[in-house]
Amino acid sequence: MRRYLNQLVSSARRQWYLIPIALFLFVWLATRMRANPVLFFQFLVDGIRLGFVYALIALGYTMVYGIVRLINFAHGDVFMVGAFTAYYATTRYHWGFLPAMLLAMVVCAFLAVIIERVAYKPLRDAPRIAALITAIGMSFFLEYFTALDFVFTPNFISYVPLPIIFQPWEIGGVTFSNVMLIVMAITTALMLLLWFIVYRTKMGKAMRAVAWDKPTARLMGIDVDMVITFTFALGAALAAVGGMLYVIVYPQIRTFLGAMPGLKAFIAAVFGGIGSIPGAFIGSLIIGMVETLSQGYISSLMRDAIVFSILILVLLFKPTGLFGEASKEKA
Amino acid sequence: MKRIYALLSLMLVASVLLSGCQPAQQSTTFKIGLLGPLTGDVATFGASNRDGAILAFEEWNAKGGVLGKKIEWILGDTQCDPKAAADAGKKVIDEDKVKFIVGAVCSSASIPIAQYANEKKVLQISGTSTNPLVTVGEDGKVKPYTFRACFDDPFQGSAIAAIALNQLQAKTAAVVYDSGNDYIKGLAEYFKAAFEAKGGKILVWEAFVKEDTDFSAILSKVKDANPDVFVVPTYYDKMNLIGAQAKQKGITAPMIGGDGWDSADLDTAAADGGYFTNHYAPSDPRPIVQNFVKSYQAKHNVVPDALAALAYDASIILLESIKKAGTDDPVKVKDVMATISVEGVSGMISFDANHNPVKKAAILHVTNGKVEFFDWATP
Repeated sequence: MRRYLNQLVSSARRQWYLIPIALFLFVWLATRMRANPVLFFQFLVDGIRLGFVYALIALGYTMVYGIVRLINFAHGDVFMVGAFTAYYATTRYHWGFLPAMLLAMVVCAFLAVIIERVAYKPLRDAPRIAALITAIGMSFFLEYFTALDFVFTPNFISYVPLPIIFQPWEIGGVTFSNVMLIVMAITTALMLLLWFIVYRTKMGKAMRAVAWDKPTARLMGIDVDMVITFTFALGAALAAVGGMLYVIVYPQIRTFLGAMPGLKAFIAAVFGGIGSIPGAFIGSLIIGMVETLSQGYISSLMRDAIVFSILILVLLFKPTGLFGEASKEKA
Repeated sequence: MKRIYALLSLMLVASVLLSGCQPAQQSTTFKIGLLGPLTGDVATFGASNRDGAILAFEEWNAKGGVLGKKIEWILGDTQCDPKAAADAGKKVIDEDKVKFIVGAVCSSASIPIAQYANEKKVLQISGTSTNPLVTVGEDGKVKPYTFRACFDDPFQGSAIAAIALNQLQAKTAAVVYDSGNDYIKGLAEYFKAAFEAKGGKILVWEAFVKEDTDFSAILSKVKDANPDVFVVPTYYDKMNLIGAQAKQKGITAPMIGGDGWDSADLDTAAADGGYFTNHYAPSDPRPIVQNFVKSYQAKHNVVPDALAALAYDASIILLESIKKAGTDDPVKVKDVMATISVEGVSGMISFDANHNPVKKAAILHVTNGKVEFFDWATP
């Protein structure tokens, strides 16, 4: 962590003009907070909850990018399939929360493996732009195919009854809910699991090796294809959980559900430094908070414009994101 | 499969056209054009419109028709499209020689029909076209031969304000609306104008876009402002989302909406405790409503929606006006219609100077998983 912070400080020194901007933002937020602290903390709480959901999607983007240098735009739609799977499991077959979540993870992992084998693997040695365009095509295919009448239908579905009963409570005027705690707990647990897999298992070591240097890893006897497939499956399983949590918080499901959260999570991954796992998490939290604060304090219609301008600014001024440079271990 | 349907509908249209070419028996039947979208995206609207109007015609035929003649309705398909509507209107006016038209459903279809009908002095009454331009031209002049049976968006906005002010005794309100939808935005703005005119205060005024699913920041503001009522004049899909999130946030102010909530897909848990305005209430105890609901249900096996009710009302307003005028001359009937007062399924109806109905809006209350008739709103 200290290494990341050092990197951050040294890059801030290079880009000194960011300091007054950050200072201005800080002062502005502080004045808004003094004007109405309850509302401010409510926005923060909402932003953190949103950020935790984005984190689950952003991790998949960042892991896949770290290993195959591909921005998997179909990731947001895998997230949508996860939401639908969880919905059908809990409402139609009355599965419990955890079994439904596991099922969604398995279904999405398989889906991601199929997508990878069909659409990305044949293009692995093609120019990167070809794979990127295929990813966009895959994303549209999933959205419009699932919108057919015999798949999920183009209409929205209200998620009732929810597998968790909402229990809001207030601390000093700020509303929390059990769902928020569940979202945070599950995301944290999955992040720890991911950390364990990447840094403490043989597969994780292989992933890091492939991310570092693919040909050498292959020479060392690592089954590179297997590792790549595993990475896709792992990212998709996380996205499936994200999808389930997302539709519990916003109980309406349609096949275009994944597009926006997918893009936001992508921005979060870029902001945190694409390829970096901690970067994806921190970036997601920041994007979540930027969303709620800009919606609350500037204008609800400006929210998306602000979030997307962050993407442009990051790409212009710091394309490696917050933690991108620091880590050579892109996994 | 689609092709077969297309072919079948083509044959159907052809057969209607051909039958229209036969020498009309003008002496024995009284012809009324019945226009609406019978194909296309909103074909279900057209079906309700057709079935509601036909129910009225059949009831009158059972009583002996109008002016001593049986009513014969001539269907036309407007497809909710201006061009198809203009063609359908021309066809019934020029070929079938109707002097009276019930329809169309969509404002975009009713406007071109109104143009031709007024040119040809054919009296038109639409059940459900809410756009102000249906009865009043771009130049601000009232179209003498065009009326409507539904209230328009400005009326509905003020009806929502009336619920807030009269039934709920509200002094403050929060409003969220879809900035990209004229109907929703219109309701929000007309509500604001009417509510502020009576001394109400708008504490939160927030817009969203169609793609939004996360309303937490807006709802935090609403909760912080703690208004007496929370106005959500959206369609039922967004209402389900906003309502569910508002409940999560612990917002207790009753939510109010417009006829966009009127759907079987409204999530009654999310909208619990809410109120919305509608054109009619199936549980309204007046005998005319109960008879209408009963006969419609007997025939079509569903509870009639507002579209069917308004088409029914439009038809009986037309027939009562013809009966009162005692002639089939639209020039005279239009003058009678402008002053007539008829009890319809959607209430007592008379017309103002702009040919909009003066009537009450039904207030429906969402409670315990059901939508029930609550009261009448009189703005």
